[in-house]
Amino acid sequence: MAKDELAKDFKYIGTRPNRPDGYDKVTGRAKYGADVAAVGMLHGAVLRSPYAHARITSINFEKASKLDGVKAIITRDDFPVGIDGDTLNLLENTIAGEFAYYDGHAIAAVAATTVHIAKEAINEIEVEYEVLPHVIDVDEAIKPDAPVIKNNARDFSVPEGSSPNVASYIEFGTGDIDGGFDKADLVKSGRFKTEAAHQGYIEPHACMAQLDHDGQGEMWVCTQGHWYIRQMCASVLGLEASKLCVTPSEIGGGFGGKTTIFIEPLALALSKKSGGRPVKIVMSRAEVLRATGPTASASMDVKIGITKDGYLTSGSVEFRMQGGAFGGSPVSEALQCAFAPYNMPAAHHIGYDILANRPRAAAYRAPGSPMAAFAVESLIDEICTDLNLDPIDVRLKNAVKEGDKSSYGPKFKKIGLIETLEAAKDHPNYSISLGDNQGRGVAAGYWMNHGGETSVSVSLAEDGSVNVTVGTPDIGGSRASIALMTAETYGIPYDSVRVNIAETGALGFNEPTHGSRATLASGKAVYEAANQTISEMCQRVARKWQIDPDAVFWENGYAKPAGANAGDFSPISIKQIASEMDQTGGPIAGHHEASIRGVGHSFGVHIADVEVDPETGRITVLRYLVAQDAGRAIHPSYVEGQFQGGAVQGIGWALNEEYVYGADGCLQNAAFLDYRVPVASDLPNIDTIIVEVPNPDHPFGVRGVGETGIAPPLPALANAVNAAVGARLRSLPMSPGKVLKTIKTGEDGC
Amino acid sequence: MTKIHVKTNINGDKVEFLTDPRETLLDCLRNHIGLTGSKEGCGTGDCGACSCIFDGNLVSSCLVLGVEAEGKSIETIEGMAGEKELHPLQKKFIEMAALQCGFCTPGILIAAKALLDRNNDPTESEVRYWLAGNLCRCTGYDKIIKAVMETAKDIRETA
Repeated sequence: MAKDELAKDFKYIGTRPNRPDGYDKVTGRAKYGADVAAVGMLHGAVLRSPYAHARITSINFEKASKLDGVKAIITRDDFPVGIDGDTLNLLENTIAGEFAYYDGHAIAAVAATTVHIAKEAINEIEVEYEVLPHVIDVDEAIKPDAPVIKNNARDFSVPEGSSPNVASYIEFGTGDIDGGFDKADLVKSGRFKTEAAHQGYIEPHACMAQLDHDGQGEMWVCTQGHWYIRQMCASVLGLEASKLCVTPSEIGGGFGGKTTIFIEPLALALSKKSGGRPVKIVMSRAEVLRATGPTASASMDVKIGITKDGYLTSGSVEFRMQGGAFGGSPVSEALQCAFAPYNMPAAHHIGYDILANRPRAAAYRAPGSPMAAFAVESLIDEICTDLNLDPIDVRLKNAVKEGDKSSYGPKFKKIGLIETLEAAKDHPNYSISLGDNQGRGVAAGYWMNHGGETSVSVSLAEDGSVNVTVGTPDIGGSRASIALMTAETYGIPYDSVRVNIAETGALGFNEPTHGSRATLASGKAVYEAANQTISEMCQRVARKWQIDPDAVFWENGYAKPAGANAGDFSPISIKQIASEMDQTGGPIAGHHEASIRGVGHSFGVHIADVEVDPETGRITVLRYLVAQDAGRAIHPSYVEGQFQGGAVQGIGWALNEEYVYGADGCLQNAAFLDYRVPVASDLPNIDTIIVEVPNPDHPFGVRGVGETGIAPPLPALANAVNAAVGARLRSLPMSPGKVLKTIKTGEDGC
Repeated sequence: MTKIHVKTNINGDKVEFLTDPRETLLDCLRNHIGLTGSKEGCGTGDCGACSCIFDGNLVSSCLVLGVEAEGKSIETIEGMAGEKELHPLQKKFIEMAALQCGFCTPGILIAAKALLDRNNDPTESEVRYWLAGNLCRCTGYDKIIKAVMETAKDIRETA
């Protein structure tokens, strides 16, 4: 679509109607993962390793199996052998084989007639462990003499002589790095560390599964992507994918953490072993924190060169990230995001993916980007302070724009970083005067966004209303945005569209609601599918008028003759076309399948004001601004919601949240009381600016908006704290004790 | 374990159920009575997703035993809307997009109603501290706080 068409005014897009699932969600009617039951249903419970690293020498469940009401007990012996590659990692993480690799690693599971009996049975299973040395911290794990988590874990990329816990190595760059540093007036470097955080969705993982011995089964599950669940369950259980029907429940948050399997294969295996009875498993909060997929922890070195008037000359990063005992930290994404907002004449990136005795990292909102932003954007702030330069001006001088080649390769099409920086600079928050112990911090953030495999269908109901069927679960209002785009495409009222989220048998493969893709990808596909049906309606009307189909066009819900030459016909409404469908060729439906590309890169700029209590080290966020390019805000309220929610998750990561391990390698804070996510009284309002620089590759200009907002808070708050009290923290979270220590000693926490 | 017979009142209806004495009120609401609108986010009283009104007091129903419901009066999210229309808070939450995933929403609505029933002119700080026991991970609370403040204003204006 040509760019000038993107500038047009819309009738529905950009409005703020009530979401279609609003009633269900304010009345308690909406059905989430744990909200269903079935006749004959059993309850599952999981036995988990109490050790960070151990060899499992024996499992004896004789006593447990004799308890009244116990119907099935499974261990790794109930899963197929001969699996390798990443499927083996998935299976190993689902249920331990010879080794338990982290505190909370699943060892066995029970299905029983009640939850109480299942839990009692878990306690009766006797496991003998040979406890092995463990390693938790990423800098410890990369040492050559660190406890070895797995033999032969490294892939081809790992240099000789590296620690055995290095799973993979990545290196890329562009330009003359040393020459760039030589040209700089100031070269600055620093080490930064971030601790693992959890997505912290309020709904624990839950599923109800049924599997027969003939390999046919079904599952109800809270997930961001039910085709992923189907694919992964089928691969670790050796099932044929099409025989497993997976229906997504409403989902109580995911943020990337519900894009993979944990309990789901266990429920299926328990069902099969209990003769095909449905089995429901609901995780406790402690299980969620110990045994799902928090993000990686990171240790990062950054070096940046700059001229005295604020032009970047060269930059290098070395990121070391652990993503648990199976590899898979987002170090590659972190490297891609590190310098992406800037035109860097020379940039060099090195990354290590490192094993540690922790749960396997899953995605968490812009995976890798928050850590990278913390390191790079903090150092840029230090440079701005040293050179007495305005932090927004420096970013404006170096900001990438249309046609620039990014630091990691791809060339940018139309992007909105400059517009976003300017909008932030013009906002009143940037000029409000501050008092004692108060400071202001600025940071930018980037996420590349994702399109991915997408399959949708639309169908015309007999009264001219429209059903849209998509495969991307609605986590934050995507039904509303998809309905708006559908209404816009047809020119029919928003209320005449109903958006359904279908089970796996109803559509082709869909990637999850991840990568900021639901509104972008399902929206683009729905636009194509709707236009198929519009074309079909125009053809039917052309037949009725006995004119050429090209002489009929569609406008505002009507088929119309295209000008005087086409003939003098009264427009025919979608309602009338629908009412005559059976006479004109049968049902009218369209579908579209594609690997969606042209996602439109996303940039954001945050401004944080804080006050630091110099006596206690407590940080109070006084005001907070998010400016971000949305491309086009389909439903602005839910775009703002993404900005605000992302920012607050970043604020939590910066100030409170961390995985705390004891000397025994066990998680010490597996409860919301101790793993403290931000609460309402911690926060001010989160101000937002929606910048709209339309994505030229999307019919409505959409860019994904979900993820970028979590990255800038980490550095923006650290920069604000430094501005407030002259304490530079290079380690997260900035808990009061750490802040106080930095104020008193100048140590940065690394 | 032998089950105990409990007679109680939920959302104005007389209800009887049998409960294992280890079960929480939340377990009973969800598993014995079929009221799954109250959610379990933590089971330890930290998240507020199971908030209910128990004899006029706001409680985390995961911290109340089912047997304690004997002779009491309980209000849950399923009883919040009137017969003809939603409660003003429910309406405002939809209008102002004060929910994303919606999982914390029942508990937050119950808690917010408990506040406005006591005080229909709260300051923003009072709303933020009253709701500090209700975790929301999606919204950053901004739109929730604004929706509660707007509802309070509407209630005052129509009073």
